[in-house]
Amino acid sequence: MSEYRDLVQRQNVDVVVGYISSGDCLAVAPVAEELKKLTVLFDCGSPRIFEDASYQYVFRTDAHAAMDSVGAALYVTELKPGLKKIAGINQNYAWGQDSWNDFESAIKALKPAVETTTSQMPKLLSGQYGAEISALLSGDPDVVHSSFWDGDLEAFVLQAAPRGVFAKSTVILTAGETAMARLGAQIPDGTVIGARGPHGVYAPDNQLNRWLRKAFFDRYGVAATYPAYHMAQALLGLKTAYEKAGSGAGQEKVIAALEGSSFETPSGTIRMALAKGHQAIEETVYGTTKTVKGQVTVVNVKRYPAEVVNPPEGMKTQDWIKASLKRTK
Amino acid sequence: MGHVLAVVIDGIIYSSWLFIIAVGLTLIYGVMKILNLAHGSFYALGAYAAASLVGRWLSAGRAPFGSYAMLILAAILVGLVVGPLIERGLLRFMYGKDEIVLVLVTYAVFLILEDAIKLVWGVDAYFVSEPYGLLGSLSIAGLTYPVYSAALVVVSLLVGAAFALALKRTRQGKLLTAVIQDREISAAMGIDVRRVYLVTFTLGTMLAATGGALTAPTVSVVPGMGVEVIVLAFAVVVIGGLGSFAGAALGSLIVGMVRSAAVHYLPAVELFSVYAVMAVVLIARPKGLFRALEARKI
Repeated sequence: MSEYRDLVQRQNVDVVVGYISSGDCLAVAPVAEELKKLTVLFDCGSPRIFEDASYQYVFRTDAHAAMDSVGAALYVTELKPGLKKIAGINQNYAWGQDSWNDFESAIKALKPAVETTTSQMPKLLSGQYGAEISALLSGDPDVVHSSFWDGDLEAFVLQAAPRGVFAKSTVILTAGETAMARLGAQIPDGTVIGARGPHGVYAPDNQLNRWLRKAFFDRYGVAATYPAYHMAQALLGLKTAYEKAGSGAGQEKVIAALEGSSFETPSGTIRMALAKGHQAIEETVYGTTKTVKGQVTVVNVKRYPAEVVNPPEGMKTQDWIKASLKRTK
Repeated sequence: MGHVLAVVIDGIIYSSWLFIIAVGLTLIYGVMKILNLAHGSFYALGAYAAASLVGRWLSAGRAPFGSYAMLILAAILVGLVVGPLIERGLLRFMYGKDEIVLVLVTYAVFLILEDAIKLVWGVDAYFVSEPYGLLGSLSIAGLTYPVYSAALVVVSLLVGAAFALALKRTRQGKLLTAVIQDREISAAMGIDVRRVYLVTFTLGTMLAATGGALTAPTVSVVPGMGVEVIVLAFAVVVIGGLGSFAGAALGSLIVGMVRSAAVHYLPAVELFSVYAVMAVVLIARPKGLFRALEARKI
């Protein structure tokens, strides 16, 4: 909070772009509103930011976690029609809890007879998952869901793979694309990987994507992963809004231009379709890992249009999942 | 029965990991009366040093089993370089000041080292998972466990046994015990307390770094990895009694077992369980399980 207030009140910035953690976004949004400063949340995922509140000065240019969770549920139910048992391991804060709740609800809406063997919620950055892995293995689930990201995600893969979690169950990592870049072939074959939208390995072959890939690789020497795509979305959304508002336009005009807008990005077209034009929707993509010549690749890639994996305007995620997802045996 | 066994095994493995880290923290407090918040950074430094040394060892095409020697070497190097540097370069100027001042000083060291780590190693993750899988795995109660985890238990037992023997059977251990009991009387009796402080802080740093080095193969080594560890290590030493080696062992075992049981039977309270135990212990024994009551000096 102190950094945010410093940016706004001392440095007098025109706009704040930032925040990866859902916890940070939930905390910053009301302060942005209080200080009346245009703020673009670029990567956090909790649906609660706009579902539990309404903001005039806050925007989010990436889709929220409902998309990742519902997409994951659709993918694994298609992949495993005989699905009977699921388990989860997610971080114990807004992102992890919301991701698991939406995934479990979506699975049970699609297949009501599915049983949850365990839902593990270790603390963010806890790093040691020995007991959690034993609990996952003990329940013998068909599918293990995890929205882990960054170091926690990689530590989980490194600890769970030798213990047979990936061999016994189909593991779906909704934010797993970053680990693909870092762990490579250490991710076992058959792991279902999400990229929080059509980013990274799932990004379309368009001019903006080619530009981002090259610029990112030239600068950092590694492939761009989904957070970089999310940041590109935020900046390109703002660029579009500033251009539409016109030269020298004030903050209110920029906000009006960004509300409900559509803009092109390396990940395709982004539409600010929810929360009165303040929350983006986008398609999402899942695929399954396969190691080819020592390199991890994705096969069985499925794309889900934005309208299929995001709730409609004015409806909360949980209500939409329970009311709208099609039930099967 | 199999499930109970899994709880016990997971608890023992976690306790062993915690003990290696917490025993260094309690050693430094016991001897120097410093609540060392920089302990988490020493743990992280051990992990980063291990990642670098093991990475270099393996990329040079040397025998993979040599990577275990690199883990130990990393811990020793961090202990020998960072420990004396901080004790001689900073802490010795603070002795005699209030314990709260020393807490703030070590917190400053923690913040400096966190940034220093980013300056030296950058912000990208490091992976050295090879030592984790080299030893193979074993099956107990229908669950697969890496032999590396069993080795971690052995290391913690060795550390505990070495401490117990050193304190009871060696001259240096007896000198250390004397300083723990009363620093002023020890100095009056001719013990070189400043040397004891240097050795203690170096050893404590080495133990934290050992915890980090042994953890490195099981995680992605990233900035901030020392933050969570220091909170848990504090819980352990507070439960056991600040400055008590037996307390650190029992505290680690309690935290490990309680956490393991919570994960298996009631995962929703896993985070709460460790601190609930700490609260219960402190209500019953405000100084921890093993800390003797102290006479107040006037």
